[in-house]
Amino acid sequence: MKTEKLKYERPAIRKMNTGLMNKFGTRTEYAPFTHIDGVSVKELINKYGSPCFVISERTIRKTYQNAVRAFKTRYPKVQFAWSYKTNYIDAVCNVFHQEGSWAEVVSIFEYTKAIENGVPGNKIIFNGPEKTKADLQIALENNSYIHVDHFDELYDLIELTQELKKTAKVAIRVNMDTGVYPMWDRFGFNYESGQAWNAINKIMASEYLEMVGLHCHIGTFMLDTNAYAIAAAKLSDLAVNIKYVFNKTIQYLDLGGGFPSANTLRGAYLPGPDMIPSIDEFAEVITNTILNYGYKKEDLPLLILETGRAMIDDAGYLLGSVIANKRLSDGRRATIMDFGVNILFTAFWYEHKITPAQEFSSHTEDMVIYGPLCMNIDVVRSSVTLPALNRGDHVVVHKVGAYNMTQWMQFIAMRPKVTLIDTNGESHVIRENETVKTITEPERMPEHLKTFNL
Amino acid sequence: MKIHSNLAVSDSGFIFNPSNGDSFSTNVVGADIIRLLKLGKSLTDIKKDISVKYDVEPTVFEKDYEDFISQLQDHFLVNND
Ligand SMILES: Cc1ncc(COP(=O)(O)O)c(C=O)c1O
Repeated sequence: MKTEKLKYERPAIRKMNTGLMNKFGTRTEYAPFTHIDGVSVKELINKYGSPCFVISERTIRKTYQNAVRAFKTRYPKVQFAWSYKTNYIDAVCNVFHQEGSWAEVVSIFEYTKAIENGVPGNKIIFNGPEKTKADLQIALENNSYIHVDHFDELYDLIELTQELKKTAKVAIRVNMDTGVYPMWDRFGFNYESGQAWNAINKIMASEYLEMVGLHCHIGTFMLDTNAYAIAAAKLSDLAVNIKYVFNKTIQYLDLGGGFPSANTLRGAYLPGPDMIPSIDEFAEVITNTILNYGYKKEDLPLLILETGRAMIDDAGYLLGSVIANKRLSDGRRATIMDFGVNILFTAFWYEHKITPAQEFSSHTEDMVIYGPLCMNIDVVRSSVTLPALNRGDHVVVHKVGAYNMTQWMQFIAMRPKVTLIDTNGESHVIRENETVKTITEPERMPEHLKTFNL
Repeated sequence: MKIHSNLAVSDSGFIFNPSNGDSFSTNVVGADIIRLLKLGKSLTDIKKDISVKYDVEPTVFEKDYEDFISQLQDHFLVNND
């Protein structure tokens, strides 16, 4: 009998405001999203629980290969280095390493992860403002590229290399005015003030430091391709001057990361895919600038890119379920999901696309989407038009691959499983969910607090 | 609680209130409820009709029904008496 019944959808009504009707009418723009790489969302949730993150290996490889194509078809020497902080789950890193990516790390923690993943020391770029002398020694012994952030680090490194009588391969991080504000001037040495040139002089005068590269990372989610033309020109200016003054050829320019993903920024007028430049447009300005800068052919530097979010955002999905529906005092619909901002940190920046994972009717409602945390900040979408969702219905949050699985926090709720769908459509757990034990194991109870009577 | 008898309800879920010109859209379950209300059916009858036609637990429907009625009230589509 039951199978003959119609699918139920919670009754819902909304006033039609003829003056405000848009060209989409009252229909939702999307179809249900039932499968990821051919694997059913429902099955994934049955198998791995709700919420859970899903990563498409196929999408990572496709995105990576497209980025490589965009640059290699325009410039002879290109190397990508995977920005660990963007997503340092080992399986994700190894997909990039299998594709040929080096590792770009910003702490000894990330550095150790890269080494343990098997990345050769001389294919690790060590960035960041915190490198202790012990950290520097490890990088030095492994022959890694050390990107110096400030003079204190530079002096430590000079001291250390003299003690060990071992040559370090160094680059400096350069900050500069690229016409994008606020300017990121807290990292590295400033170009305009001459600070970068001072650091270069210091390095060139040091017996055990070899100046191999120049680095910058001018911002993130950059919408202006011209900023990269300015950055590439300013780094090239330093490289050409180093050649002229010291007769030293700079081996590489590292333009950092910063390309946007196809997400929609909060408050943006247009959806992300309609306003972001493509990777080809970034490749075009960067390679054009370097090729036309006047390097001798044999001095043309290797171009390194540390692209993070644009490389992985598309490949990540968050699956979740509806816990409850309610109406707020002003009549607005609120839907409470089983995932919150503690695991979807990027909800603070993006209006994430959320799609029901099952059939729905064309009737939609405007709603607020809350997470399950008992905290006012836990708002996943402050206003979104979706079909009437029933309790227990599943949804898919799109383009969550960057930063969420590293900046997430254990707060009130525990972090869920991360799974990966391989290129054959097989799914794997690549990070287990936390349990109460994960959280309590590092805790220590002083003897006098062990008991109480209530 | 009584629904305005002059409301026009189309099969596609379009609702028109001729007394003030307001129009609304609703989904199929919403349209069914309004049609049943217009026939003067009680909650018990409506619950029975809906649970025969749709795959839904009566307790789930009852909660959704209450919520829907309060929305109709907000839109002045029902009288409170
Ligand atoms: C030094 C460095 N390189 C690369 C990246 C990756 O940036 P994005 O995700 O914007 O590409 C970052 C991110 O902050 C960074 O600090």
